Amino acid sequence: MDWFDDWAITLAVFIPAVGALVVALLPKDRDRLIRGMGILLTGVPLVIGIVMLFGYDFDAPGAFGTADAANALQFRVDASWISAIGARYHVGLDGVSLPLFELTLLLSFLCMIYTWKYLPSPGKPKAFIALLLLLETGMAGTFVSFDLVLFFVFWELVLVPMYFLIGIWGGPNREYAAIKFFLYTLFGSVFMLLGFLAMYFRADPHTFDLIALQGADFARGFQLVVFAGLFLGFAIKVPMWPFHTWLPDAHTEAPTVGSVILAGVLLKMGTYGFVRIALPLLPDAAQVWAPWIGVLAVIAIVYAALACLAQRDIKRLIAFSSVGHMGFVMLGIATLTDIGINAAIFGMVAHGVITGMLFFLAGSVHERYHTREFAEIGGGMLQKVPYLGSVFAFTAIASLGLPGLAGFWGEVMALLSSYSPGAGLSIGLFRTLMVFGGIGTILTAGYMLWMIQRVNLGTVSETWKDKDLPDITAVEYVSWAPLLVGVLLLGVYPAMLFGVTGEAVGSLVGMF
Amino acid sequence: MLPRIDYQAIMPELIVAGTILVVLTLDLFLRQSRKHWSMWVSFAGVATALGFALSLIPWVAAREGGTGRVFGETYVLDGFALLFKIFFLAVALVILLISLRYIREGRYYQGEYYFLLLTSFLGMLTIVSSRDLLMLFISLELVSAPGFLMAGLRKRDPRSNEAALKFFLIGILSAAIMLYGMSLIYGVTGTLSLKGIAESLAVFNHPTFGGDFPEGLALAAVLFVVAGFAFKVSAVPFHFWAPDTYEGSPIPVAAFLSVASKAAGFAGLLQLMFVGFRPLAEAWAPIFAVLSILTMSIGNLVALQQRQVVRLLAYSSVAQAGYMLLPFALVGVTAALDRQAFAAAVLYILIYGVMNLGAFAVVTAVSRESPGVLIEDFAGLGQRSPTTAVAMGGFLISLAGIPPTAGFVGKLFIFLAAISAWQAGLTIGLWLAVVMVVNSVISLYYYAAVVRQMFLVPVDRPAPFRAPALVTGVVVLAMIGVLAVGIFPDLLATFPPGATLP
Repeated sequence: MDWFDDWAITLAVFIPAVGALVVALLPKDRDRLIRGMGILLTGVPLVIGIVMLFGYDFDAPGAFGTADAANALQFRVDASWISAIGARYHVGLDGVSLPLFELTLLLSFLCMIYTWKYLPSPGKPKAFIALLLLLETGMAGTFVSFDLVLFFVFWELVLVPMYFLIGIWGGPNREYAAIKFFLYTLFGSVFMLLGFLAMYFRADPHTFDLIALQGADFARGFQLVVFAGLFLGFAIKVPMWPFHTWLPDAHTEAPTVGSVILAGVLLKMGTYGFVRIALPLLPDAAQVWAPWIGVLAVIAIVYAALACLAQRDIKRLIAFSSVGHMGFVMLGIATLTDIGINAAIFGMVAHGVITGMLFFLAGSVHERYHTREFAEIGGGMLQKVPYLGSVFAFTAIASLGLPGLAGFWGEVMALLSSYSPGAGLSIGLFRTLMVFGGIGTILTAGYMLWMIQRVNLGTVSETWKDKDLPDITAVEYVSWAPLLVGVLLLGVYPAMLFGVTGEAVGSLVGMF
Repeated sequence: MLPRIDYQAIMPELIVAGTILVVLTLDLFLRQSRKHWSMWVSFAGVATALGFALSLIPWVAAREGGTGRVFGETYVLDGFALLFKIFFLAVALVILLISLRYIREGRYYQGEYYFLLLTSFLGMLTIVSSRDLLMLFISLELVSAPGFLMAGLRKRDPRSNEAALKFFLIGILSAAIMLYGMSLIYGVTGTLSLKGIAESLAVFNHPTFGGDFPEGLALAAVLFVVAGFAFKVSAVPFHFWAPDTYEGSPIPVAAFLSVASKAAGFAGLLQLMFVGFRPLAEAWAPIFAVLSILTMSIGNLVALQQRQVVRLLAYSSVAQAGYMLLPFALVGVTAALDRQAFAAAVLYILIYGVMNLGAFAVVTAVSRESPGVLIEDFAGLGQRSPTTAVAMGGFLISLAGIPPTAGFVGKLFIFLAAISAWQAGLTIGLWLAVVMVVNSVISLYYYAAVVRQMFLVPVDRPAPFRAPALVTGVVVLAMIGVLAVGIFPDLLATFPPGATLP
């Protein structure tokens, strides 16, 4: 299988991009063919991704710290790319990137299945599918890049398709949301790029290689400055409070699958950036910045929960809840401990699965009720469309962090880890953060239950009593089943994911 | 004794010069309905010249130090010159192609137009080979003078008259200032050759020289020359002619001015500053830092308010000139850094040329239907002409510097040079880089405004829009180039123009 080892990542990443070109050349009126191509072109990378799991060595250490970290990378490819500056096509997978890579492939595929039946106005399946495919290449590429320039190119590749997805197929306020998303993220990422370039020149010999840069051992003052640049790029993407304002707009306006991808994968690019780049390359600065990140993270948790309590729109509520959940992820990262970072990666995957699912549901509710306002839905969904209502309740409860479902582990372990943060961090501060984070979980439970109450419970209102609303359709079952199974599996058997990330996180924490 | 001239080395120039004469004469004998044949004659001439220029690549490589001297040190053919010649000839082909319909349907004097266009391109071919002040000046005027006339070709349109007059007055003013500066330089150093100027400035500037070197005078002279070039490349505060002139000119001429004429100005400026005036870099590099910051910031901020696409592209090209001026602010730290900055500037100029030309080609096509070319005129283009619209979107995204396009690669190399200068002790390098990234983000807003019209705004004219086949072909080619360089930067980034620096 040597051939497969060398080509697996490249194929999985670039089949969608090439496919986007193919789709763009298909005749416009072949609607079924186009949508079918979408499923096929995301299905093949998913199959490749699944086959890769069989060849993956789960006991291997992560690509952090050690001198031969590069060898810890699996399915690694290292080829010349921009020779003038020594940027290389260096891709691979380790315990930190594998879960997110697989999540990307899975969610993209499920979104294509969903699109088989549901395509928001104004239609245009060709452009929609092509943009989704392009998006997949950008996302998957980000999680496998081990060269800073390559990482940046994939990182930015995501912006343009997402801009169009929101701007063309979005809600009434779509243009504003689309350009806000674009400008915000671009603003952060250009400073991130400057940080990359500064590291390139400080390293001796000059290099963009993520692994080689881990041994560069930059001076402390330099690290602090560069970390600021990287922080801006990653924190806006996460998004951390107070850089989150683009997110509710983008989510509310985006079409269903756009929201799913945005919540499920795009936000994780920011947190992944912290774990993959900021922490291992700038460990000293990370220790100085960690308390601040922790504080911002907890502000995000509490703020988002309070904001959720004031929402009247399902989608906007889920969007704000994302800010809170990503706050838990960032809190875990800020502790710089084994438990904390494991919790963070778990939280990323769990949030991707649960919130992705929630956005699917919000889309389907809108599909039936043609509104997302609680007041207009008026309760009683469990009576009116019982299956949809049940799935909605199940997912919302998973999102609030009920033990036994996926949402639980990321949150509780992030809180747990802030009880005893990493060496050099203030125990008093982090225990205070833990308390406030705990209050956040209670508020989270509060608004999620409140949402369930307002949507699911009660009696069907006059408006909907005589309307005929269809329950879950076959396409919805197919595109949701993997996520629902994932929520349950990750909840009852978390070791499934911790077993993948454990070794890699261990070698990362060893650097502090 | 007459010097032995290597005619092979100046073959492209000779062919273009010959074509100019043929076009001029031919026009007299063509019937009105066949006047556009001039374009095809010009096209054939330029294409032949391009073929010869390409064949000169091994010729240059075989020369000692990669530099072929044609007329002593005055006129040389090295990697830098050849690269730009190939670029200019390719640009000429594109401008000829997008002109055909526009000029023919607009009832212009066709023979006259093609004659002027080619003459200007001849100036570009010579400016990149010029290595002394006199030759530089003559070439630059050869580039500019036909431009004045071409800007005024829409004779019955007062705005075109204004464009030409403004361009002409400012053009000759800047030429006069530049010439005055050059004469002062000659007075101080006693030579016209760039290398000679560098040598004598370096000697004068040496601390052991004793101090009676008229440093103030030399610096004033440099500033005069810089001011003259700043007009040519439309750097702030010498930029105000550009938007009016671009708007009033026929659109292919605006494309020509913003791409070819600007690149020619930069090519001359590069040789002057990186070679001739380098010993005084400590004094003038900060001035370029200010020029660069002003140019990119003001260009971008004013572009935000434009509603007409040609004016928008005009201010965008002012802002882009700011990016190209940035590497000049990094001169004088180390020789290695000089080469890096030089290469970054050259790379950016070439990439800018391709993407901006592509954008103008699309505008030319759209202008056939909506002569005013407001941003709103692009509404729904994504549906009415998907190929053109997607390509236009690509050019604009590339101008904003978003990967994976060539524009990103160009900016990346400038950032690299700036950060590298910062690491070498030039604090301003970091600030320049920061200002440039902030500007890149600002610029996205107005580029996206056009993209928004093309794809996000519903169509009010559902009839499909058909761009002329030639324009579509050019646009698709340029788009492939922009993407290819963006994904495989090695296609362009490995050539060694820095090697032509001493």
